[in-house]
Amino acid sequence: MEIGLNHYLVLSTILFAIGLVGVMRRKNLLLLFFATEILLNAVNIAFAAISHYYGDLTGQMFAFFVIAIAASEVAVGLGLLIVWYKRHSSIDLDALTTMKG
Amino acid sequence: MEKYLYIALFAPLVSSLFSALFTATPKKLFTGIIASVLIFTSFVASTILLLHILKGGEPIHVTLMTWMATGDLYIPFGFVVDQISVTMMMVVTLVSTIVHIYSIGYMDHDKGFNRFFAWLSAFVFSMMILVMSDNYAGLFIGWEGVGLCSWGLIGFWYHKEIATWASNEAFIMNRIADLGMLIGIFLVYWNTGTLQYDEAFALMPSLDSATLTWIGIFLFIGAMGKSAQFPLHTWLADAMEGPTPVSALIHAATMVTAGVYLVVRSNELYSLIPNVGLFIASLGAFVALFAASMALVNRDMKRIIAYSTLSQLGYMFAAAGLGAYWVALFHLMAHAFFKALLFLGAGNVMHAMHDELDPFKMGGLKKVMKWTWIMMTIASLALAGIFPFAGFFSKDTILEAAFAEHHFVIYGVLLFTAGLTAFYSFRLVALIFHGEERYKIFGIHPHEAYRFMLIAMSPLLILAMIAGVFQEPFFAMVEEILSAHEYHIHSHTTLWIMLVGTQLFVALAILYAYKKYATWSSVPDGTSPIENSFFYKLLFNQYYIPYFYETYIVKPYREASELFWTKVDLKIVDATVDGIAGIVYGTGEKTRQMQSGNLSTMLKWMVAGLVGLLFLAVAFGLAARYSDEIIVFLSALGV
Repeated sequence: MEIGLNHYLVLSTILFAIGLVGVMRRKNLLLLFFATEILLNAVNIAFAAISHYYGDLTGQMFAFFVIAIAASEVAVGLGLLIVWYKRHSSIDLDALTTMKG
Repeated sequence: MEKYLYIALFAPLVSSLFSALFTATPKKLFTGIIASVLIFTSFVASTILLLHILKGGEPIHVTLMTWMATGDLYIPFGFVVDQISVTMMMVVTLVSTIVHIYSIGYMDHDKGFNRFFAWLSAFVFSMMILVMSDNYAGLFIGWEGVGLCSWGLIGFWYHKEIATWASNEAFIMNRIADLGMLIGIFLVYWNTGTLQYDEAFALMPSLDSATLTWIGIFLFIGAMGKSAQFPLHTWLADAMEGPTPVSALIHAATMVTAGVYLVVRSNELYSLIPNVGLFIASLGAFVALFAASMALVNRDMKRIIAYSTLSQLGYMFAAAGLGAYWVALFHLMAHAFFKALLFLGAGNVMHAMHDELDPFKMGGLKKVMKWTWIMMTIASLALAGIFPFAGFFSKDTILEAAFAEHHFVIYGVLLFTAGLTAFYSFRLVALIFHGEERYKIFGIHPHEAYRFMLIAMSPLLILAMIAGVFQEPFFAMVEEILSAHEYHIHSHTTLWIMLVGTQLFVALAILYAYKKYATWSSVPDGTSPIENSFFYKLLFNQYYIPYFYETYIVKPYREASELFWTKVDLKIVDATVDGIAGIVYGTGEKTRQMQSGNLSTMLKWMVAGLVGLLFLAVAFGLAARYSDEIIVFLSALGV
């Protein structure tokens, strides 16, 4: 059996679902970042696969952009996370409710 | 010459704005003086313009700026000084100047001294716009402006409830009439495409007579409100709650004559529709008699003079309606002089009597107020139309016009009214200045007005005496634009019989009034048989018209309003609006729990939203793809 576009898309969907569940369920801020990475990379897989399928490089270029932005996002996010941890000595999401409306 | 036009127009505005600066401060004498000087400046400028016109100069026409220009509609701020408007300007500025100076004395002890001058000058400015405008739109602005100032001045003593009531009554009645006038102006624009007098009148002969009749009727409804013609007359008598100089200026000399001015200004229109003219004349004659009859028994000095104003306005409309526009305008001018004088004299009496208005409580005042007595007597003689005072020339010409036009009923009514006029005027004079000093029981110590007030009144006194000599030059001036013809009764004998007869009739009425009232000794207390007679009660209660309006119009209207308020407004309109607000508020209250501040919860909502949007996108996508099948399916269901 040859591995085709559909397989990649299914993999991407599964990964995306896993990421989504992680984003919803995780209470640890660090693990939330992991879940976000899974989401982004699920999309990257889909981009790359579809790009290859159509023979158009735009999708792959876009995947690179996503990787770059994800990296910078994580850098900023981790910095903030460390500051937060130093202040509150906890990265539990349930304790992070200063924006309560 | 244009600069004089601008000075005449804008000096009152400057005066008003200047006085308005001090409205919140205690009395400052200089506001009164500066206002008077500025109005006098306006008077001088008007005089120069009058001389220019008298010397046969071209009418001055200026366009200050464009006011409205959209599509075909073009209305400039244009002003014109021609024979008609210069007459009005002279009357307005002259009486205004005198009233301004007089008010410095009259409002001497009033807290609202500065405010008074701000309103009064604003009135003069509005009136100047009204008479100088070269189009109906500008006239309407002035028209509303004088209405507003009249409202502010009738209700000048706003702490008196009756004064605010009277001012609101005047304003609302004028609003009703102004609606008619607006419709008239719209009709003019609709049918001629312009509001400029000259252009509109030039096009009018080509319109059909039904349209012209409607235009004439609606414009006249506006005039009826401002000039307090029946059935919109009740506000004028109630307007006497305002300070007396206001009554003299606004409710005798100028504003109430704006209606006559409108008809005279639109003479080219009304000449085309003689039927409407006849209606105007008949209404005028009716109002002349109607108002004079109410003045016969009234016991309020100012109201008597107000009814006499109403009656004289009736004369003016009678003349204008019969096509004798120049006579109407001439009577307007003469009337302004002697009626303002009469009112200012009444103001002196009121001051002396500590605001007592019942002439039966006065008597014998000629000893202490000699000059006021002389002035009011001469003003009353002029009003009655005794030779050689002003009223003789203007009023007798109206009678002659009615006679010469063969409208004998109108002539008869006006002649009879002349007798009534003489009677009630001298009833008032006799009660105030002659007979026993009945005021003594009320512990009043009357005194003559300030000397400068009397001096300020003297030009009016002189004009009330000699205004008749202006008849010939006036006629020569206005005949150019007023299609005037002098009224000559065919035979000299008839003319002389008429003249002498009228004079005798009026003189007899005066003598009768003196005989009856000059020796009056008691204050009527409502028990004498004449006071309980039907006619006395009918007249004293103003034919029960205010009562009728109150019971059959104001009250039902009020009840209907109450009903609409409680049933429709509160139960339906408010309930709907409140319901919508309640839904929004309740949703907000429920959904704000989403904003827990917990990142985890918010992310869950985000995912829920994402799933929702995804679902919608898929659903619409499928619907779009299978639209043909769906339509077939739906039509099969019979939708």
